[in-house]
Amino acid sequence: MSVQTEGTDTAGGPAVRKGRVPAPPRGADRASRSPAGRPAAAPYLLLLPALAATLVLLGWPLVKNGMLSFQNLNPRQLIQHLTEWNGFHNYQQVLTGPDFRKVVERSVFLTAANVVLIMVIGTLIGLLLARLGKKTRLTLLVGLVLAWAMPYIAATTVYQWLFAQRFGVVNWVLDKLGWHSMADYNWMGGQFSTFSVIVLLIVWQSVPFVAINLYAATTTIPKELYEAAALDGAGAWRSFTSVTLPFLRPFLYSTTFLEVIWVFKAFPQVFAMNEGGPDRLTETLPIYAYVEGVGNQHFGVGAAISFLTILVLLVITSYYLRMVLKQEEDEL
Amino acid sequence: MKRSLFGRIWPNATAAVLFVGFVFPVYWMFATAFKPTGDIIAENPVWFPTHLTFDHFDKAVHADHFWTLVGNSVTVTLCSVLLSLVVALLASFALARMRFKGRRGFVVTFMLAQMAPWEVMIIAIYMIVRDGDMLNSLVPLTVFYAMMVLPLTVLTLRGYIAAVPKELEESAMVDGCTRFQAFRKVIFPLLAPGLMATSLFGFITAWNEFPLVLILNKDIEKQTLPLWLSQFQTAFGDDWGATMAASSLFALPILILFIFLQRKAVSGLTDGAVKG
Repeated sequence: MSVQTEGTDTAGGPAVRKGRVPAPPRGADRASRSPAGRPAAAPYLLLLPALAATLVLLGWPLVKNGMLSFQNLNPRQLIQHLTEWNGFHNYQQVLTGPDFRKVVERSVFLTAANVVLIMVIGTLIGLLLARLGKKTRLTLLVGLVLAWAMPYIAATTVYQWLFAQRFGVVNWVLDKLGWHSMADYNWMGGQFSTFSVIVLLIVWQSVPFVAINLYAATTTIPKELYEAAALDGAGAWRSFTSVTLPFLRPFLYSTTFLEVIWVFKAFPQVFAMNEGGPDRLTETLPIYAYVEGVGNQHFGVGAAISFLTILVLLVITSYYLRMVLKQEEDEL
Repeated sequence: MKRSLFGRIWPNATAAVLFVGFVFPVYWMFATAFKPTGDIIAENPVWFPTHLTFDHFDKAVHADHFWTLVGNSVTVTLCSVLLSLVVALLASFALARMRFKGRRGFVVTFMLAQMAPWEVMIIAIYMIVRDGDMLNSLVPLTVFYAMMVLPLTVLTLRGYIAAVPKELEESAMVDGCTRFQAFRKVIFPLLAPGLMATSLFGFITAWNEFPLVLILNKDIEKQTLPLWLSQFQTAFGDDWGATMAASSLFALPILILFIFLQRKAVSGLTDGAVKG
């Protein structure tokens, strides 16, 4: 969940951001008559620690990752501190290997399934929240916040327990509902069933963010719009499609992309659930990079996979990134 | 507007079902942690435990290294939150209140940095930390956790500082305050909700972080709670009571923080964006 609150600022963005705009003109005015005593270097000095940190702690690992991906770096080279460049060999090995394609397909499919479920369920719950009475709404909000706040690893162990083969409460319920073959079902024994549990876990943890923020966004829709729509004879559905939906569209766009980013690089839940098993069948790209790079000690190959993962992520989210950059430029 | 009986009932009924669905896993964690083992491994689940026991908590707390790891987690979390707040406060003040060349570029940099895929950078970070001979130390963890939350902290605080009317600060300066005093006495107190929101976010990130500590710190004495918890079940076999007690202990601080701060924090994060 580390990233979950992260989006609130950006996600609330398009629809509500506008309010910030008035500040700049005054500021600009101010700068021009700023006292001569203040050196022009002040803003750069203030920014220096943050920029230095970003450069050293974020920029350098990215560059390092690129360099590592062109090196032959196995336990021998690691221990003896050898630098052996091997050109595109790592990429060649990864891209022509039997696993990579499968892992990419799996990651994309898992992300798609999760994001569709998260957005649909989250939106529906958000709209429901707007319809509820005050007390019921507060109760449901508390429930959502609890699920949202659960630390990843704690949530993962709880799901392992819920879906445990013996004494797991899910199997008991399925058995009692008449599906007797599920009485001692081993959820971690197959690819599809393991993924089902992972999807359920991720959806359960991610829906509250979408629902709560969507509900918050609906409260900013001016009531007059609905009244006007009603005067024009619009029914409930019509006022939904022509008032509510257009208002929420920017929010829905940005949230969808944020969820894509978060789910695609999700590590703790997928890894802690079954460590990519059974038979490495539930390894997504980040897990694959870790297992190949660190687990199997082919650090160069792992770095190449990491780089390709970042590339895939960039391609998937390029549209959103463009939107964010453009919007920022318009506003600044 | 009048609604039919059905129209009034179904939203509440759906809300009730959803509430149970979202709360159940959390409830089950605590319920299992307090149940005697006999009730945990029962043919029919005991939905509402009547005999409560602290045995499982006892076991979790007395597990090897537990208190060391609690200390590590608390240290790393508090230090990284504090570090990122100080660094971000300086940067966000410049971005919100000053005009200078390249300002737009800096904001965009932080926006992009906010989306950094840390989960797939761990191999490179491992090599860097190893070359610096800092494996099995809490310092790299603290520094990198601070960096993970820095961009969002900068951007959020920038919104808050921009929201403080310039006139307040100016009148303080007219009254003889220096720019720094004006910041400390006028802006800083008004930033409380923003600081709370961003520290909550930083706290959650650092408390939860898993991949980096997994790869950097193999020495059990230098690990943090998430790693311990992920290995707990392996260490204790199918002792679900103790595992759930451990999970509860780990989750509790975050749950409490969230329940108390969520209202303020979430409205804090959105206010920062909404108010001009």
